[in-house]
Amino acid sequence: MATSITAVDAPGDLPAAGRRPRGWRGLPVIRQLRQSVGLQRGMLVAGLILTGIFLLTALFAPLLAPYEFNQLRDAAGSFGAQQAPSSEHWLGTTVGGYDVLSRVIWGTRTALYVIVAAVLMSIVIGVLLGLVAGYFGGWLDRVLVVVADAIYAFPSLLLAIVVGIVLNGGESSLRGGIMAAALSITVIFVPQYLRVVRAETVRIKAEAYVESARVIGASNWRIMTRHVFRNATRTLPLIVTLNASEAILTLAGLGFLGFGIEPTAAAEWGYDLQKALSDVTSGIWWTSLFPGLAIVLVVMGLTLVGESLNDLADPRLRTRRRGPATPADVAETSVVPGSPAADSSDLDHGKGSL
Amino acid sequence: MTTTTTELTGGGAAPEAAPTAARQRRSGGLGSYLLVRFLLIFPTIFILVTTVFVLMRLTGDPITAAQGGRLPAEELARRVAEAGYDRPILVQYWEYLGQLVRGDFGTAISDGREISDMLTSFGAATLELAFYALVVAFVVGIPLGRLAAYLRDRWPDAVLRVFAILCYATPVFFAGLLLKLVFAVNLGWLPVAGRASTGAEIQLQQQDGSTGIYLIDALTLGDGEVIQDVLEHAVLPAVALGLLTAGVFLRLVRTNVIGTLGSGYVEAARSRGVSERRLLRKHAYRPALIPIVTVIGLQIALLLGGAVLTETTFEWKGLGFQLVEYLQARDFVAVQGIVVLAAVIVALVNFVVDVVAALIDPRVRY
Amino acid sequence: MTATPARDVVGIENLSVTFATDAGDVDAVRDVSLTVGAGEVLAIVGESGSGKTVTARSILGLLPETALTRGAILLTSKDGDETHDVVTLSRRDLGDVRGRDAAMVFQEPSTALNPVFPVGWQIAEGLRAHGAYSRKEARAKAIDVLRRVGIPNPEERVDHYPHQFSGGQKQRIVIAQALALDPGVIIADEPTTALDVTVQAEILDLLRRCRDEFGTAIVLITHNMGVVADLADRVAVMYQGRIVEQADVRTLFSAPVDEYTRQLLGSVPRLGEGRARTADRATARAAGWQEATPVVEARDLRIVYPGRLRQPDFVAVDGVSFAIRPGEVLGLVGESGSGKTTIGRAIAGLTRVTGGSLTVHGAEMNGMKERAFRPLRERIGFVFQDPASSFNPLLTIADAVAEPLVVHKRAKNPQEARGRVDELLEAVQLPKSFGDRFPHELSGGQRQRASLARALALDPELLIADEPTSALDVSVQKRVLELFDELQRELGFACLFISHDLAVVDLLADRIAVLYKGELVEEGIGEQVLGAPQHPYTQRLLASLPVPDPDEQARRRAQWDRLR
Repeated sequence: MATSITAVDAPGDLPAAGRRPRGWRGLPVIRQLRQSVGLQRGMLVAGLILTGIFLLTALFAPLLAPYEFNQLRDAAGSFGAQQAPSSEHWLGTTVGGYDVLSRVIWGTRTALYVIVAAVLMSIVIGVLLGLVAGYFGGWLDRVLVVVADAIYAFPSLLLAIVVGIVLNGGESSLRGGIMAAALSITVIFVPQYLRVVRAETVRIKAEAYVESARVIGASNWRIMTRHVFRNATRTLPLIVTLNASEAILTLAGLGFLGFGIEPTAAAEWGYDLQKALSDVTSGIWWTSLFPGLAIVLVVMGLTLVGESLNDLADPRLRTRRRGPATPADVAETSVVPGSPAADSSDLDHGKGSL
Repeated sequence: MTTTTTELTGGGAAPEAAPTAARQRRSGGLGSYLLVRFLLIFPTIFILVTTVFVLMRLTGDPITAAQGGRLPAEELARRVAEAGYDRPILVQYWEYLGQLVRGDFGTAISDGREISDMLTSFGAATLELAFYALVVAFVVGIPLGRLAAYLRDRWPDAVLRVFAILCYATPVFFAGLLLKLVFAVNLGWLPVAGRASTGAEIQLQQQDGSTGIYLIDALTLGDGEVIQDVLEHAVLPAVALGLLTAGVFLRLVRTNVIGTLGSGYVEAARSRGVSERRLLRKHAYRPALIPIVTVIGLQIALLLGGAVLTETTFEWKGLGFQLVEYLQARDFVAVQGIVVLAAVIVALVNFVVDVVAALIDPRVRY
Repeated sequence: MTATPARDVVGIENLSVTFATDAGDVDAVRDVSLTVGAGEVLAIVGESGSGKTVTARSILGLLPETALTRGAILLTSKDGDETHDVVTLSRRDLGDVRGRDAAMVFQEPSTALNPVFPVGWQIAEGLRAHGAYSRKEARAKAIDVLRRVGIPNPEERVDHYPHQFSGGQKQRIVIAQALALDPGVIIADEPTTALDVTVQAEILDLLRRCRDEFGTAIVLITHNMGVVADLADRVAVMYQGRIVEQADVRTLFSAPVDEYTRQLLGSVPRLGEGRARTADRATARAAGWQEATPVVEARDLRIVYPGRLRQPDFVAVDGVSFAIRPGEVLGLVGESGSGKTTIGRAIAGLTRVTGGSLTVHGAEMNGMKERAFRPLRERIGFVFQDPASSFNPLLTIADAVAEPLVVHKRAKNPQEARGRVDELLEAVQLPKSFGDRFPHELSGGQRQRASLARALALDPELLIADEPTSALDVSVQKRVLELFDELQRELGFACLFISHDLAVVDLLADRIAVLYKGELVEEGIGEQVLGAPQHPYTQRLLASLPVPDPDEQARRRAQWDRLR
């Protein structure tokens, strides 16, 4: 037995990536933020700011909103319907006589509730089914995949409507309405999570470390919990952000078709837009513009974050820092557009940790 | 898509067997691939029909849903029994499947129309809208996506990406409202709603052999004013729905072309002096088309969902508009008919898309 | 536009390349100067990270945007009329030079060809970039060049797509693309690394003909000293971005000057090195060893992967019989698709046996249930090929090495197993502190050592090593193999050592079995199999293997020519 301990095998044999940053610098979004450059950083920052505003507004809605979402009158009397923006009602009033600004602000809460409920439910169900289908395969897997593919290809809004019919049955309370909307959206999302987690599980199952655990004699339960689960769910934060924006759009779509939440129960942007439909023809713009803008900004914020995370996770799409600053006395860099680092073994210095 | 069903089962040994397996797959050829793909249409439709049927019946029978509370209990029970909704659910399900196979969707409760009639007459309008929107999406999304990929990480790319996200983030009905507000109400350039003016509509519908697709009918009528009227009505809905899809196409094309631009074969072509422009237009674009075509197939779902909202916004009397009407009347037999039709369309479109992808990809073709 | 006095096709002067990365700037190439004469074969050798590929790519200006290039790269056209400095050329001018003055052959032929265009079209694309060709002319030219690189029936094959060709044929097509424009120099970046040995010999032969018949100079990038000895006229050795030694091929192999070159040459496994050792071991065995019950015994073993969707089944292993006795190392050699990995996986219970008999520790594997086999698993260790994926990225090395101990209840949890883990790490010559690291913080060689530690954790009587060193550089490979040998002698486990490399197997194995298309064609001690091979495939395999000695290799090449 050799006595000397050689830490490094050969000078050329170096680890593929440096140590992963630890502590707060290693947290998901913050790590990506530090990794990003130029335009990609700009998009990520813009998305984070919009999302931050959305979350803060939802949190402090009671402080920010001048009136309640279902308030029709104050000490000075009734607000009146379709009032143009004024000092009392900065963004005017709706056809139903509500304050537009208040409803836009309160709407963030409804949106957030629905996102959280829908995403939580679909993650739990989708991840579970995806793991089982991907790991064990067989007929259960085939059936789940065919069903998920069929549902995935189907117009999500129509599906949400059908589920809405089942659950809603005229229910319009805040909790009932939100749960109905969230469940409708869950049905759409479950196949997506199932597909992603299943595909990852199938890939990971063939990785040497899982085979190694099988050779060792580890039980299926141990392999699934210790090796597959955490590795298969690493990409979920990214899908969650993109799904959150889809959830808002679906919620608004349902509201616009009259499957939303009654104005007395909660503020919901899609519903308000439906009521504003006829206003537009008579040139009343404020009732539709502001709830619509709210949807656009929130969805944009979430999508920007999701897309940036997606790009940073994909080595083909990630922008890298340009060549080092050219010293004054040196010739020009030869720049080839659109050619990311070639993946030859000699060139993998740029490979970052995921 | 459906190809995910045949994933590796041999574990790590698959790579060793791969070359031979690939050679053998060719002997199966395009014919058997298409056959298998065609047969997959049926389970897809079956699953969706079953899902919809089960979900709709969880709440009870459609007659009670539509008229419960409005009729005395005995009268309601009589009608339910008359329509056969008091029998076991499995018997009803089996009967419903049999009806569908014969192309019979039943009768609407609210207006007593044959649902298959309703589907064909309003389906034409939706088809027309979807066609316009697809034209907008292709014309806007695909060239801009290629441009963004080519100018990757420079300012035009940034502008185009934000544009794509904006297209996606704006709900179609909000985009429709804004377009209406600006171009129809304030500027008065285009009509506010509808598929044609009343006069033109009467002319079109009274024509012999009317297809229900106004553009075709207007062209056969040959009246310039009617054609213009039909097209003017189409502009705003087509843009509203088309831009939504265009944003998705733009992103899709950009991502995939960037992927193939970084591939070994593009690098190899570059090493032989092929110009950057040609690399983009030929060497990177063609292979990127395969995943693009496949994903475009999935966008049909987005388009159909968007059509419902667009039609409501612009009072475009198609299936989506009709769907909302039936929903408000709580006529779930009609709603179910429309949803089942959507399922059939989705399954067919995905089949066509897979065929097109197979024709582009020589690895499947040979 | 300067005219070079000597007819050098490539002249690199003080080239430095720096990459911007997340971790800061990395100097990949430092102050490299090189020349390549017309019709000369220059080999640039080095291990991963030495900067050899970056140097080669910079000749064509093919570096990514993250790279900053300094110095001069003078490229002279084949007729010697024009010289350009690639570093300062505009993008458009670079397009004119690429392919015409210098062309590239890539490592992975399957990714260098566009899957959706016929190969003839792809060859024509290069032609069209440098001149006006009609469709007919381009096609005729493509057929001609395909014929010259040895594609049979080129008139028909010109319209075929890449997936319709075998790996070796694809590489011929990539070479044809390079040759079509009759460049002064071909830059071949590891052109045979992705290919089997027998195919490699053919591609090397083709490259030699390119030089002899077309007068093309070749810059050959490789890590394989056998390939260098076979093809090169002159050699430049790179290490950490610098050239440490340049010499003509005979001088370099016979009298290396630089310390690193000597170490590199010393690390290359050579055929016949293991014979003395094998003989030692054979004499040292106790009497009656031959009669001991084998740890593994296969009789008419057959393994079939079922075909899907009306495709025929794939027979991976067909009628194979062999035995591994306690303490014996059986080397299993074969090219890709020979079924060698499948046999290893079947012994470990990862792949189902479909026919014949396979006994492992006395248990019949044909029809074995996982539950019944599980207790036997602690007597089997497995080392996987790919160091990158053999560890769960979320577990520390100590946790991973402790896993077998925990699963088989030798320890309650990884913390309790830490003492034994430290011992194991020490046994594979890794510092104890490495136990707290995550897999990505270790190099490939270190990870393979840790993998060995994990496989040996339960003191197994049988170890299966599936190409454990094929992903490693030669100097790293040498140390891992030495360690492996030491541990085997010390612990005395029986071993199935799977490899595609005859020299590596020869170094370690007591007996060698050669697999070809799922069948076992030859088996015996190293001296028999490698010294006097009986089966024509073994003979061809042996003759295809280039040895790191130019004169010896020239003789072997002649022999290979005869066998062809």
